[in-house]
Amino acid sequence: MLRTRVMPCLLLENGSLVKTTNFKNPTYIGDPINSVKIYNELEVDELIFLDIKASTNNTPPPFKIIQEIASECFMPFSYGGGIQTLDDAKRLFDIGLEKVSLNTAAYYNPKLITQIANIYGTQSVIISVDVKKTLFGHYRVHINDGKKKTKHTPFNYVKKLEEYGAGEILLNSIDKEGLMDGFDLNLIQEISDAISIPLVALGGAGEIEDIKKAKKAGASAIALGSMAVYQNRNRGILINFPTQDELKKILK
Amino acid sequence: MLIIDYGVGNIGSIINMFKKIGVEASLSSSKDEILAADKLLLPGVGSFDKGIQNLKSSGLIEILNKKVIEDKTPILGICLGMQLLMDSSEEGHEQGLGWIKGQVKKFDFLENEEKLKVPHMGWNVLLSPQKNDLFKDFKDEDRFYFSHSYHAVCENDDNILAQTKYGYNFTSSIYKNNIFGVQFHPEKSHKYGMKLLKNFSEIPTC
Repeated sequence: MLRTRVMPCLLLENGSLVKTTNFKNPTYIGDPINSVKIYNELEVDELIFLDIKASTNNTPPPFKIIQEIASECFMPFSYGGGIQTLDDAKRLFDIGLEKVSLNTAAYYNPKLITQIANIYGTQSVIISVDVKKTLFGHYRVHINDGKKKTKHTPFNYVKKLEEYGAGEILLNSIDKEGLMDGFDLNLIQEISDAISIPLVALGGAGEIEDIKKAKKAGASAIALGSMAVYQNRNRGILINFPTQDELKKILK
Repeated sequence: MLIIDYGVGNIGSIINMFKKIGVEASLSSSKDEILAADKLLLPGVGSFDKGIQNLKSSGLIEILNKKVIEDKTPILGICLGMQLLMDSSEEGHEQGLGWIKGQVKKFDFLENEEKLKVPHMGWNVLLSPQKNDLFKDFKDEDRFYFSHSYHAVCENDDNILAQTKYGYNFTSSIYKNNIFGVQFHPEKSHKYGMKLLKNFSEIPTC
């Protein structure tokens, strides 16, 4: 039977693996290719790489590094960051990617979602949605690596994305990202109620119990950032991941 | 190993994995190269009609019929490539290659207690596959990555090589003589997929 997917979500900046906190202060983790080799050994379910600067700097995806990662990646591999055109997406699929992830481009040009889905299928388009609470505690969608606040509530925004042909929503909480003190479970619940496509929860996992809680709140899949690159909350760098047996036990 | 290039994307990961397991593989849509190949691989992502139309417009169907039916060259269809081996699909109006009798149907949980999401996306296992060179050294816990909304329904049970449970048991691998198909993606299934592709590469060519 199908088990809930649990995957590392890794951040790239200038070709290096980094980890942020609340979308700020990128800390150097290591070389992405070496880490992929370790995740192969650990047999993780999938891999997501996001380039955190491509969109803000208005640069294309770092195709050369993505190609190198893909040639060592024997599991479904998704990439997001700086994808602006159907051609960018095509180039990534030709390299061997399973899915592409759009964020800022989906906001300004949602038709791109439909264009990609029409050719490669809806399952090949992830839309990454970054959410931050306002001073009054209302959720708002942010774009441009979290820097630009939009007027949209995530609840209505994800519904629209689904209509355009999104196959999956990668939901990240800017307030929780990198803190390792648990997911924003209310947010997960609210968004999973809004859509019928899979919701991948990201931002906040600090221990294996958090995975279970996110699933219970309605996540179809769970992405781990800090937990995949830090040993524990002391943040000693270690490429690691819960084992298949541990996940099986907790997701029963 | 020749990977048939008919414009339905995502062959990069297949080439990457063949490279990793040390099997020489090339991508081609050339009739001469297909005729000369000793193993064929039919990949595919996308819709049934688009897949078969692309094969037609590349002018490859006649050559493939000769290669696979007359010369008995081993062929492995992956995902949509497997579905195209069948007669037809609920997804479209076109006829498939028809090498294996049966239809491709959409997951239907109407009669099921458990209403599951479609596509069936993620890792799953095979339920006691038949003894076959393709599944040499297979273990029950071997898992494979799936991503699909439609699955094959064979007319003849003898063509079922393996089944998988998603709501109900569906056929996840088919075969007939030199023709093989898998619904999952071996090229994205870690060492389990490597083992399967390696097995296929070692199946003797007539």
